[in-house]
Amino acid sequence: MADSSHQPDGIAIAARDLEKRFENVTAVGGISFDVRLGSVTALLGGNGAGKTTTIAMLLGLLVPTGGTIYVLGTDILADRHTALPRMNFSSPYVDMPHRLSVYENLLVYANLYGVSEPRDRVRELARDLELEAFLNRPLGKASAGQKTRAALAKALINQPDLLLLDEPTASLDPDTADWVRGYLDDYRRRTGATIVLASHNMAEIERLCDHVLIMKEGRIADRGAPEELSARYGRQNLEEVFLEIARSRNRAGAAR
Amino acid sequence: MPVLLDPQRLWGMMLRHWYLLRSSWPRILELAYWPTFQLLLWGFITTFFLTHSSWVAQAAGVLISAVLLWDVLFRSNLGLSLMFLEEMWARNLGQLFISPLRPLEMVGALMVMSFLRTIISVTPAALLALPFFDVWIFDLGLSLVAFFVNLMVMGWAVGILVSALVLRLGLGAESLAWLGIFLVAPISGIYYPIDVLPDWLEPVAWSLPSSYVFEGMRAVLFDNVFRWDLFAGAVGLNVLYLIFCTGVFLYLFGVARKRGLLLQQGE
Repeated sequence: MADSSHQPDGIAIAARDLEKRFENVTAVGGISFDVRLGSVTALLGGNGAGKTTTIAMLLGLLVPTGGTIYVLGTDILADRHTALPRMNFSSPYVDMPHRLSVYENLLVYANLYGVSEPRDRVRELARDLELEAFLNRPLGKASAGQKTRAALAKALINQPDLLLLDEPTASLDPDTADWVRGYLDDYRRRTGATIVLASHNMAEIERLCDHVLIMKEGRIADRGAPEELSARYGRQNLEEVFLEIARSRNRAGAAR
Repeated sequence: MPVLLDPQRLWGMMLRHWYLLRSSWPRILELAYWPTFQLLLWGFITTFFLTHSSWVAQAAGVLISAVLLWDVLFRSNLGLSLMFLEEMWARNLGQLFISPLRPLEMVGALMVMSFLRTIISVTPAALLALPFFDVWIFDLGLSLVAFFVNLMVMGWAVGILVSALVLRLGLGAESLAWLGIFLVAPISGIYYPIDVLPDWLEPVAWSLPSSYVFEGMRAVLFDNVFRWDLFAGAVGLNVLYLIFCTGVFLYLFGVARKRGLLLQQGE
């Protein structure tokens, strides 16, 4: 049963003192943040900043060593299966079976997510995401752009209230990447879904996100709307802010 | 009340492995190839022994029935282990376990699909035994069902344990899928009675459900008696092993979630 007692109204994710240590390495060092319902929040940071680890903990795929996480009113550490049907995830680093066709993969996941009319939902997504031309092709024989669209279709198969995306446009050509961003923006507007995305692409974040958490060495180095951050650091854009934070040694932790 | 075994999620996992199986005809042919090969080899050995061994001559089908039943155990185990390995090779475990799929549902679906793969594997060999060697294993009647079910369940238990160990140790340990079941073959009394083994090894053999099944098979073929005591021994041990191995799987799944292994697995 959902327990919303630790999660304020209007908040999709409430993480408190979230920590993950692997033996002597601290991947995420006690971070706290809220993600508002219906917002698009970016996790921004360099390689090894702790973005993917944080997302894996939000999904319940990785158990934190400390802290609490409430997702859509559910304590994800105690009962992730209540929240999982309302969430989904896409990442270029987590695959689907290559020997199955795009259609077969989507039908499998439609059933795993308990979609009521799985075949109809797959056809609907195939139409929306322009998958029809390669729907019966083995996923392993699809191009990078086609694979990304198939992965996006899988991530939307259950019409999630919370969508977590890890580098959703990595390795895509600019045209396909732009199309994906447009689709995500449209999905959020149509459904009111909350989106959390980890990305290195500053233009993508500036276009899609209304809130940014900048991570560095497992901590939140700063946070705010993209334009707020630029103004605070006296910079032209988010990329310059990111570079300043990434290259500074002392700011990390100041904004925890 | 949370649903621990949701039929639609079980169906989704079964579909995943059915699609994989049907995507490759060589894969299906290979399933039937080895049991048929074994049948022919042991069938001709039996034909030779019939005129040279009084023991085999008492029950012509004993070695052929043994080879077919051994394949039930072997295929049941290998089917489950390989389907789990497929998820690791495909780097699909992360996707599966961010969905509402529960570990027990995955195990349940792999059991059902392992049953299907075993039927595909052993049916051609069982049918060919009639024209080649005049042995119709279905003459064992209901006792065949008892032997089949017990060997399937033992194969599942070993497969679940192997899957758990590979999840924990990584794909470097994937050969356990084959090694695990062959470890029990010499002490299961497949082709010879348990009392052939050295005295100190017999208690080990009697700790395996398979030993009870193959002794039971010989009792039916030689004495025309279904030994309920052996059946009860096999069922009791299978229940214990299935619970134990599933417990180990769930425990090591929890360890994998703590160590981040579900995201890292892959070739």
